[in-house]
Amino acid sequence: MAIIEIKNLDFAYNGEAVLKDVNLAVRQKDFVAIIGPNGGGKTTLLKLMLGLLTPEKGTVRVDGKSPQEASPCIGYVPQDVHTNRSFPITAIDVVLMGTLDPKNRLSRRTAANRRDALKALKRMEMDAHADKKIGTLSGGQRQRVFIARALVSAPKLLLLDEPTASIDTKGQADFYRLLRELNQDITVLVVSHDLLVISRYVKSVACVNKKLHYHDQAEITGDMLETMYPCIVEEVCPVELVAHGLPHRVLSDHEKQPQ
Amino acid sequence: MIEAFQFDFMRNALAAGLLASVICGIMGTLVVVNRIVFLSGGIAHAAYGGIGLAFYFNWPYLPSTIGFSLFAAMVMAAISHAVKHRADTIIGVIWALGMAFGIILIDMTPGYNVDLMSYLFGSILTVPRSDLLIMAVVGVVMTTLVVYYYQDLLAMSYDEEFAQIRGVPVKKLYFGLIGMLAVTIVLVIQVVGLILVIALLTIPPFIVEKYANSLVQMMVASSLLGAVFTVTGLWFSYRYNLTSGASIIMVSGIVFLISLAVDKIRGAAQKGSA
Repeated sequence: MAIIEIKNLDFAYNGEAVLKDVNLAVRQKDFVAIIGPNGGGKTTLLKLMLGLLTPEKGTVRVDGKSPQEASPCIGYVPQDVHTNRSFPITAIDVVLMGTLDPKNRLSRRTAANRRDALKALKRMEMDAHADKKIGTLSGGQRQRVFIARALVSAPKLLLLDEPTASIDTKGQADFYRLLRELNQDITVLVVSHDLLVISRYVKSVACVNKKLHYHDQAEITGDMLETMYPCIVEEVCPVELVAHGLPHRVLSDHEKQPQ
Repeated sequence: MIEAFQFDFMRNALAAGLLASVICGIMGTLVVVNRIVFLSGGIAHAAYGGIGLAFYFNWPYLPSTIGFSLFAAMVMAAISHAVKHRADTIIGVIWALGMAFGIILIDMTPGYNVDLMSYLFGSILTVPRSDLLIMAVVGVVMTTLVVYYYQDLLAMSYDEEFAQIRGVPVKKLYFGLIGMLAVTIVLVIQVVGLILVIALLTIPPFIVEKYANSLVQMMVASSLLGAVFTVTGLWFSYRYNLTSGASIIMVSGIVFLISLAVDKIRGAAQKGSA
């Protein structure tokens, strides 16, 4: 069974179509990159998967359930690693936020939760910083804390929105290696407009620019995407545009895609 | 200082100041981390419209002020939630309108003139015991709610989107927070005045935010700091015969400036050593 199943989805914002007739099925343990130009609907698609937005038409199913019902098995790492640096919160308290369960207001925050949070931090090699204030950590360290927060609820699916925005190039490579490791038992879906690092690690690519084009793993050959793609033409898969500027083709034409 | 407390009014003033410090320390922490200081100012000023209504229609004072503030607060909350980038402008409009509405209604009320100064600065030295009781009850109810919803409030304040994904009823909680803010602001204004409420809501939480490791710490430390300001301010007011509310605010303001200076020096020292 596909862990994410989107069928005939339309979404409009202020009357303007952002996503049109989107279909997507993501296998278990897939590592998908969602790429596309700014304003192409990547983040909107992610928010639909998270249940933060409701589709105008069509359905979104995560793990066979509605996104809201599936929420406990989704780990989410937001784009912004937070602007409010002075917020009084420690790394471990950020991670504990991932165990939040509003249905159990009185009985939460148990010692078991704390152990889970420490374990998640340890997995991210951040356990030594557990009691430090989040604002004193570096961008890359904060990113790891946010992933720990997503992992603490033992999700089946990890969704990340532009996760490398605040990390330098060296850090980005480490970061994607880490995601590949996590991908051994979790489905990973990364939204990015940066193909530079992604191409080496992902198994499949979904191009979103109002419409969605899905490229299966076989078509990706690795580290050939040297530049960010320019995105001008609407409804054309942006990745194709990059491929034109390179000595070899990266992805097959959309027409040739097996449906 | 000790001999000052032979007087009943000084004891009441101290109790009122301490209660206001605790209430404002807890609410102020949430106000500062949620960045709704301006909205709080809007509620506090628009509340004057409620006072106008109470006088003009001869309605009972507290219910009409609280009712009007809640209404204005909900409008501001709805707007600030829906169109975040224009929120400050709309709040400014409601802020001014509420106040003007109140003043005109009082102009039109025959034979009565409410003292605007006492609304602004309160009259902490003439607080009756009944008001102290109301404040204590509000303080207890508010603290209970904050404790019960603590994790939800923390998640919403820190990362609204994540909180929503985890099933926190973010919208209800936000409106609840603003509603609670409206009620507490009106009640505390009655006792210590609008200006002191704004000062106690913002200054102590701002000073302690960088030292606190959690919202609870920030709430407790803000309340304590507010209490220190109140006691010191009252002492100055008693010793040098100054307006009590303004004295408390001056003390807070001076500590605020010192804390800024200390930060600057520490920042410079860190840069120098690095």
